[in-house]
Amino acid sequence: MAIVKNAVYMKEVELPFCPGCGHSQILPQLDKAMAKLNLDPRKTVLVTDIGCVGLSDQYFNVNAFHGLHGRSITYACGLKMANPELTVIVLMGDGGLGIGGTHFINAARRNIDITVIIFNNFNFGMTGGEHSVTTPFGGKTATTYLGNIEYPLDACSLVQAVNGGFAARTTIFDRNLADIIAEAIAFKGFSVVDVWEYCTAYYVPRNELNKDKMMKLLETYGFKTGIVHKVERKEFIESYREVYLNQPSKQTKQVSLETEFENNLTQKTGIIIAGAAGQKVKSSATVFGSSAILSGLYATQKDDYPITIMTGHSVSEIILDKKEINYTGIESPDYLIIIAPEGLAKVKRIIQNMNETSTIMIDDNLVSLLPETRAKIEIFPFRKTANTIDRFSITILSLATFLARTNLFPIEALKKAVMLTQKKAIAEVNLKAIDAGVRLVEEGTYVK
Amino acid sequence: MIEFLDGNEAIVKGAIDAGCKFFAGYPITPATPILLGMMQELPKVGGFAIQAEDEIASIGFCIGASMAGKKVMTATSGPGISLYSENIGLAIMGETPLVIVDVQRQGPATGSATKDGQGDIQFIRWSTSGGYPIIAISPTTVEECYTFTIYAFNLAEIFRTPVFLVSSKELSMTRQRIDWSKVEKPEIIDRKYLPENASEYKPYYFENIDDVPLFSPFGGKHIVRYTTSTHDEYGNLLTMPEKIQIMMEHLDKKISEEKIKKYFPHIVRFDKQDDAETLVISYGITARGAIEAVELARSQGLKVSHLIINLLWPVPESEIKKAIEGIKTIIFPEMNNGQYVLEIERIVDKSKVKIVRINQMDTRLINPRKILDEILKNNEG
Repeated sequence: MAIVKNAVYMKEVELPFCPGCGHSQILPQLDKAMAKLNLDPRKTVLVTDIGCVGLSDQYFNVNAFHGLHGRSITYACGLKMANPELTVIVLMGDGGLGIGGTHFINAARRNIDITVIIFNNFNFGMTGGEHSVTTPFGGKTATTYLGNIEYPLDACSLVQAVNGGFAARTTIFDRNLADIIAEAIAFKGFSVVDVWEYCTAYYVPRNELNKDKMMKLLETYGFKTGIVHKVERKEFIESYREVYLNQPSKQTKQVSLETEFENNLTQKTGIIIAGAAGQKVKSSATVFGSSAILSGLYATQKDDYPITIMTGHSVSEIILDKKEINYTGIESPDYLIIIAPEGLAKVKRIIQNMNETSTIMIDDNLVSLLPETRAKIEIFPFRKTANTIDRFSITILSLATFLARTNLFPIEALKKAVMLTQKKAIAEVNLKAIDAGVRLVEEGTYVK
Repeated sequence: MIEFLDGNEAIVKGAIDAGCKFFAGYPITPATPILLGMMQELPKVGGFAIQAEDEIASIGFCIGASMAGKKVMTATSGPGISLYSENIGLAIMGETPLVIVDVQRQGPATGSATKDGQGDIQFIRWSTSGGYPIIAISPTTVEECYTFTIYAFNLAEIFRTPVFLVSSKELSMTRQRIDWSKVEKPEIIDRKYLPENASEYKPYYFENIDDVPLFSPFGGKHIVRYTTSTHDEYGNLLTMPEKIQIMMEHLDKKISEEKIKKYFPHIVRFDKQDDAETLVISYGITARGAIEAVELARSQGLKVSHLIINLLWPVPESEIKKAIEGIKTIIFPEMNNGQYVLEIERIVDKSKVKIVRINQMDTRLINPRKILDEILKNNEG
């Protein structure tokens, strides 16, 4: 019984399954389906899940990938994405469907061109007949010994719910099983065949399951049979190729920050910019760091902001040095630029620990919020001035003021960095902001 | 070419230059920029990049794609490695070339999601059942993020095993000046294929126990079997104890410090000072603070050597043994509760060498002054 004769892809050896097991009946039908499609064994992969069904692949003369429980669909997708020429067929049980549910749903949702055959015998045959996601209500298993109190999953409806391509349900009693499997494999897109069958070791004896009772179950749950869902829509890998692989190649701006300017830096210098979301703190800090590099310096930059990026603080730390920067922490900055109350609140402890050799440059509206500090304080109308240009330009403006005050490197370097790294429209605004920032210094400042 | 880049950007460049053609990942701070970068860059080189439904699928896709012949990479942080766990075991068992980037953050579970830590160091070694080895290399600079990514691919290909590139938030998300003219570009090495005209393929055949089996891709000229189960050379289930023993020893012995050294010349960086009796040992971003601490100590006339470990797993024991000759005190700063120091304690004679741990888990980088203080304290008198 269990030796399959006249198979095309199957080896003529005895199958390992229990007497009467549905697996021994489904596999020859799979063989027929593969023969009908004349699949190239080298281009065909049987991906098997864990469970008794996981023993199946070694009986076929095609490629085999036997992976972890519930994850077979992920390997199948990986194989297919890497080599779309492959015909990839997943053989899994109802156990694998349960533990790998999210992979099943998402493969169907993506409509990736693989075929999943579910060997659905309503329980875990390999580990002693425990219940699965397809065990009928009331069904007796090792873990539902007084009857299952959960309802069974309808794999085909699941495919339909996520607009997957193809879903069919059959039983081992259906004569057209091979044809349906063949149609599923030939379908361009995700396809599943949910095959209801017997576990003669556990589910059948415990529930006195027979053909009539199986038919009755289908009726009870309203589970349709045959091809229950089929929709033609673009296959996932084809979509990827169309949308992503064939995108017009954008000329990416390759900019080298070669040394063009001199600098006056004498020692490792830490600078913190404390602002708020929406002030372009991060990108302006990158422009500033780039300008330091244009001036022959080494620079590092790190940023801190809450996960809700459109609100709250935005703080960037920059370190400048004449040599390679190893340690990138700033315990107490040499310069602290404060342009928003959110940023100020974030750096309060730092302000309290700053010493008299350090400098705080702060927007005039925020001075009243400053805690006690030994640092020198310089006050500038950053916000008011930025608002006359574009309120987003406040960070680059304050950095220009900083540069004009400290003369660490030329303001021309900052302008050059803006022009090299930013889009024209934004660059124009930022160049204006830089000039305005410099003017704040030329016109004199308030010093406390 | 001089740029202002962070570690994550350098990792993406390294992957593309190494010939990576497939990437799957799931968003997680601080590794997300690698996912975004690969989704931008891979299509340009005809590769495939995908955001998976979860980390389990990410690594599952990668394993499938690798066995179809692609060079593959995934990137995540500690919680994602937790979800990779079982598939790391599969990649070991199935002998799958795979690069895994771990951009570490602080703490267990969600921890300090946006802050730095080095708490995955033992976890990546022991992340899956069975206890068989993986390879883990650890860059300390943005330049090394690039170079070591290429080495990670080379090692994955040569040894057919998961290779971890171990970064952390501060390394991956801090920009740094990078002068490409001074950055090493390692030679690219691909996995060894079975000749296409070979008549038969035994996917897990090896002559010597530490040999790496020849590769043939799914969809190539030969029928391939891949399996999660203990298997013979054909990839069929093994039940004979004697053969199981050989198979398991093979997985253990195919990876060694000696063999890796041939393909990765940077397993340690040893800054030796003659007659030093104090040795600082460090790795990753912490090494950067340690370099400054050692400079400061030397400027005060102290004799201190510094060993930076770039090959975390397998432990470069012979290099560590060389470095501790004549050493009386080892100072080991780590941004965790004392993890890699356990390996040092295993190797050295603790009756002769004092080991000082500096364990900082407050998400901040370890200040060089803190390391210097320990150097000074242990050089008094």
